[in-house]
Amino acid sequence: MRNGRTAMQARYDPLLTRPVRRGLLVTAVAAFAFLYLPIAVLVVFSFSDSPLLVFPIDSVGLAWYRALFADSDLWRSVGNSLIVAGTVVPLTLILGVPLAFGLDRVNFPGKRLLEHGILLPLVVPGIVTGLALLLLLSRFDTRLSLFTVAIGHSVWCLPIVVTQVYARLRRFDRSIEEASLDLGAGPATTFWRVTLPNLKSALLGSALLVFVLSFDEIPVTFFLTGSENTLPMHIWSMLREGVNPVINAIATLTIALSILVAFLGLRLLSRD
Amino acid sequence: MSGATVQDAGAARGWRIPGGWLLVGPPLLYLLVFLVIPYGEILLHSVWQVDGYVISRTLTGDNYARIVENPLYRQVLWNSFSTALLVTLFALAIGYPLAFFLAFVARRHRQMLYFLVVIPLLTSFLLRAYTWKIILGRSGLVNSTLTSLGLTDGPLDLFLYNQFSVVLTLVYIFVPFVTLPIYASLEKLSRDQIEASLDLGARPFTTFRRVILPLSLPGVVAGGTFTFALSFGDFVAPSLLGGPNEIMIANVIISQFGTAFDWPFGSALAMVVVVIVLAIVGIGARLEKR
Repeated sequence: MRNGRTAMQARYDPLLTRPVRRGLLVTAVAAFAFLYLPIAVLVVFSFSDSPLLVFPIDSVGLAWYRALFADSDLWRSVGNSLIVAGTVVPLTLILGVPLAFGLDRVNFPGKRLLEHGILLPLVVPGIVTGLALLLLLSRFDTRLSLFTVAIGHSVWCLPIVVTQVYARLRRFDRSIEEASLDLGAGPATTFWRVTLPNLKSALLGSALLVFVLSFDEIPVTFFLTGSENTLPMHIWSMLREGVNPVINAIATLTIALSILVAFLGLRLLSRD
Repeated sequence: MSGATVQDAGAARGWRIPGGWLLVGPPLLYLLVFLVIPYGEILLHSVWQVDGYVISRTLTGDNYARIVENPLYRQVLWNSFSTALLVTLFALAIGYPLAFFLAFVARRHRQMLYFLVVIPLLTSFLLRAYTWKIILGRSGLVNSTLTSLGLTDGPLDLFLYNQFSVVLTLVYIFVPFVTLPIYASLEKLSRDQIEASLDLGARPFTTFRRVILPLSLPGVVAGGTFTFALSFGDFVAPSLLGGPNEIMIANVIISQFGTAFDWPFGSALAMVVVVIVLAIVGIGARLEKR
């Protein structure tokens, strides 16, 4: 939906001739099938009462959902993941927002290095970040716990908050802050009533993303978790024991949840 | 925090403000303690050695020599490299046309389709890898379908536990990952630039090659480097869907910290991963500049 394109132009597009358009459509349909059919397999099998994962399904039922709700270890791990993600989100916001403001508005030595260096934990495989922290923690004989997992996640997720908020700050028109100050609002009022509301979608969007990523994280968690398991680590240990249809039920519920989160997130971002 | 940020609220961007250190000091300290020092620890451990279950702190290059000399580790590095390269190429081959479709062909349903690309990204990595085990396994979907159609006599083992299943799974995981940045850069492209090229007589393919492709390169580089780096260091796909020959570098690192109990050697392997990943990021940045 490009603006200023007339109906004539829309009908005849010199760039996208009919065969090109058709080829792209076929590719896109195939790509979406590739993305969604494997997910559909999990969903379909979650409603099969047979422990064998073969088609056609002969008995439909909710056996695996019943097993899932009865699994107390699993629910404990869900609670643990919520604790971790619930710690990581405020932690990355408290650290990331000032850093983004700093990048935008303060001169300090090493600023250029920070701008690139902060992305490091996102690119370097999580297992390396996890073991780096493990080496440090073991020097001080720190006991591994959900808290050490949260520290690992915070280092890994901080770049997301910083880059999102920094990008928003760069697009932000500073003259409205000046206008507010000129009109007699104090600095604090200007910050709360002008600056912060403009960052709302970036803050909510990155908080949501960090929550989802932390909730699903394995590589960083791998070396940092103690006796308490997060949900993905619990599923990982279930998988190592072999194929267990309860996992299909978990998958279906998490997919439903991620659709909800994606919907909420896009809603928030499109308001910007 | 609010006080310090607002002090400079009226100042022009880049001005030096008093109190700025209060703002960036604490997060920088956090990064020093939990990011810089830990990475330094890897470097330090990598030049130490295990001596009878105790880490001996005498400087040595033996760990690195072992990686270079032992064909086993060279093989593992090559596995990781070739897998990551194949994954990146295939993911780009699927992601680019998909992003192109979203940006230029999809009109009314664009928002909806964008949404459909994002959802898999928010769905568990682990579960998306696991589903291929159900699909490709001995009693999996492909085998049971082939048998029931009478095309094969019994289950085939050729789908799972090889490089094919590892690459396929990682491509599946990273397609949305490359599609989004490419889409973001294609979307920024103005229609005028394309039309100018066409009006000046360039053919559609020339327009694509000379105008659209170079301008979408930042998205390709961003998606490509992330995909390469993250699949290079992945251990989930090879341990769920790979056979003994598909062991990748991250699996070996894990075993050094577990059963092998050789933290210094594991650290040296981790350093190799960091260097390779940084080299790829550097090459990507170079490509983008040109």
